[in-house]
Amino acid sequence: MAPILQARGLTYVYGAGTPFERTALDHVDLQIEKGEILGVIGHTGSGKSTLIQHFNGLLKPTAGEILLDGRPIWDDKGKCARETRFRVGLVFQYPEYQLFEETIAQDIAFGPHNMGLPQDEIDARVRASMAAVGLDPALADQSPFALSGGQKRRVAIAGILAMQPDVLVLDEPTAGLDPAGRDEILTLIRRYHDQSGATVLIVSHSMEDIAGLADRLLVMDHAHVLFCDAPRAVFAHADEIIAAGLDIPQITKVMRELRSRGYEVDTSVFTIEQALEALRACKRKGGAR
Amino acid sequence: MLKDITIGQFFPGDSAVHRLDPRVKIVLTVVFIVMLFCATGPLSYGLIFALLGAIIRISRISPKLVVRGLRPILFIIVFTAVLNLFYTPGEYLWQWGFLHISKEGIYTAVFMVIRLMLLIISTSMLTYTTSPIQLTDGLERLLRPLKRLHVPVHELSMMMSIALRFIPTLIEETEKIISAQKARGADLESGSLVQRAKAMIPILVPLFISAFRRADELATAMECRLYRGDVGRTRMKQLRLTRIDLIACVLVALLLAAVLVLRSYGL
Amino acid sequence: MSHIIKTDDLRYAYPAAEEGQLAIPVLKGVDLAIERGEFVAVLGHNGSGKSTLAGCFNAIRLPTGGVCYVDMMDTRDEKNTYEVRKTVSMVFQNPDNQLVATVVEEDVAFALENMGVPPAEIRRRVDDALKAVGMYEYRAQAPHRLSGGQKQRVAIAGVIAMMPRCVVLDEPTAMLDPQGRREVMAVVRELNRRFGITVILITHHMDEAVQADRVIVMHQGNVLMDGPPRTIFAQVDELRAASLTVPQTIEILDALDRQDGAALPIDALTVDECADILETYLR
Repeated sequence: MAPILQARGLTYVYGAGTPFERTALDHVDLQIEKGEILGVIGHTGSGKSTLIQHFNGLLKPTAGEILLDGRPIWDDKGKCARETRFRVGLVFQYPEYQLFEETIAQDIAFGPHNMGLPQDEIDARVRASMAAVGLDPALADQSPFALSGGQKRRVAIAGILAMQPDVLVLDEPTAGLDPAGRDEILTLIRRYHDQSGATVLIVSHSMEDIAGLADRLLVMDHAHVLFCDAPRAVFAHADEIIAAGLDIPQITKVMRELRSRGYEVDTSVFTIEQALEALRACKRKGGAR
Repeated sequence: MLKDITIGQFFPGDSAVHRLDPRVKIVLTVVFIVMLFCATGPLSYGLIFALLGAIIRISRISPKLVVRGLRPILFIIVFTAVLNLFYTPGEYLWQWGFLHISKEGIYTAVFMVIRLMLLIISTSMLTYTTSPIQLTDGLERLLRPLKRLHVPVHELSMMMSIALRFIPTLIEETEKIISAQKARGADLESGSLVQRAKAMIPILVPLFISAFRRADELATAMECRLYRGDVGRTRMKQLRLTRIDLIACVLVALLLAAVLVLRSYGL
Repeated sequence: MSHIIKTDDLRYAYPAAEEGQLAIPVLKGVDLAIERGEFVAVLGHNGSGKSTLAGCFNAIRLPTGGVCYVDMMDTRDEKNTYEVRKTVSMVFQNPDNQLVATVVEEDVAFALENMGVPPAEIRRRVDDALKAVGMYEYRAQAPHRLSGGQKQRVAIAGVIAMMPRCVVLDEPTAMLDPQGRREVMAVVRELNRRFGITVILITHHMDEAVQADRVIVMHQGNVLMDGPPRTIFAQVDELRAASLTVPQTIEILDALDRQDGAALPIDALTVDECADILETYLR
């Protein structure tokens, strides 16, 4: 399948020429396949947030280019088609802070309205995206500000879903939520992906959150791509991940500890199910090396 | 970008200029401005320029940064120059319709530009080398006598320092909200004035809500940290005049005297 | 010796949003006693009442029923408010909204200035507090240039400088990245172990609660569980019913126990302990 998004030699420098100059992305090459869920991981300042703001043309590369469906999103005149914003929907961190309308429905309609869609189409999309994030349709005419934090976040995500983007990018969608809220948001993202077939990018610094969800993991470190591979392949490099200032799931640590004690267990696991399999396999083989 | 604005920014350092008492710096800056307006001739300006150059040198702030601080007001400088250039009556050197350039015009334009630039540079040197908290501290203490007139000096300075604390935070927040709304297709650049004003709503509403939330949380945090206004409050940093302050005062006083003397000779 | 914090049928209800509506009860009769020098973690999902409880300990919220005593002082008595807040300090979730000053050291000094401490002593206590949280080199910086974890450490330094007997931290790591969380938790442990301050940590991160001496689980305005982490985390079903997750070190043992009937002790709080128990399974 053809990649939907590509980065070629993507470089971005913040505050060029000031004392605060910093290279956030340094010649990044990357392919994102149509329909995949890509987890983007990296510590604060690794360049992951800068990277995703290039995908919908919010940031203009200092050098290099971004291709959407094989075509550069910035034309020769240095302009980026507004359509890019709608095709690559970006949900920012703490998106509930962007709500502004009087009613939930109006707020969700902001994106579709900016797309210039007819009113009946907008209404249909608002209903559909409220359903997609599990919001009661009866809430449509209520103020978004009366909702709880987790509910507000759903409204904000629905506002992006209503643009029906081909690529959905979420920056730390579970930040600040409690475990139950976190699971709910991750479940709805998964469901949306399965139903719409959209490509989904999830940025997080929690391995545990996204390792089980993503088809591939992109690990960023110091403005570079450290790994971009299937989760298990990435977890096989736990040492490098730890060196990049990231946490690995506790269960991976347990398996690594067992390995260091001489047990032949697979250390590339990151979920309880995988660990169960690995432990059983090891036990069948008779445990110790 | 909003972040690029350097006017009013503080560059930490340990130079003699940084160490000056903020009260002294504020008063001397005012004296300096007065001096600028008293100066009439090239010799006075030369002296003032030399002093400012010395201050920049001692402060170890890169002259490039100082010059960059002028950028935001470049338009005003150019506008003033053009206005003075074309509208000062005198001995015309060039004329075209109602536009004319006189010898006096060139002279005034040059002086106005220099005066404006020196004015901006000197005040930015105050903010570049004085932390906002020292600045408000200095102001609070300079204005303390007004307390007897029931002017809420402490409250005003507390408000000012909180404002200074949160300006960068709110600027960052504004940028984030702008990006978030742009990601939803908000069009902030085109359309009529009314349309553009309307397009600000999606940015202003979240910004205000967030500012109120921050204010509320900050108020709680301040209460928890035993803030009761000016009641029984001490300060960690006591302002004490040192030898450097004295030297600075003497230097500026000498210069002021020189400028006033030169003024009577028109130099 | 008296308890540092004691609540007696503590109730709190938020006033109704509109007239004619019922007040919203958040705490429904909490009985708790916190010992001096304890490190207590309070767990609970959003809306379980854990943050409101924290507010009661500091007289930010006054009980609408029952009593909350801080060092034997009734928090409802306005005359006690100042002393209560001197005894119990707070650190909040959002690092940005609790730093007042434009310079790190001035912020740490803020509470001491309010308390009227002499300047020389403020200087000394501020320097010591900044060193204790590893932020001394940043003392002249502007807070907005710091990372989230660093800002929280500055906030904690402000608390250390006050030398309170108890510190309540209301989800101090919720907005931080893993690096910041590690930094802050290291400092929180120091608060308790090195300075002997009673620590009450409100959190929803199980790996943080594991580090405490005692875990209190709040659910729907009541105390659901109260005990040492080892006993609390072994109760996997009860925790899940309270919408909480279980540390993976427990989860794997629980899964082996349920699915394979491995009959393992389900009380591993650390990676090492978990590996120890798994070794007995593999052997």
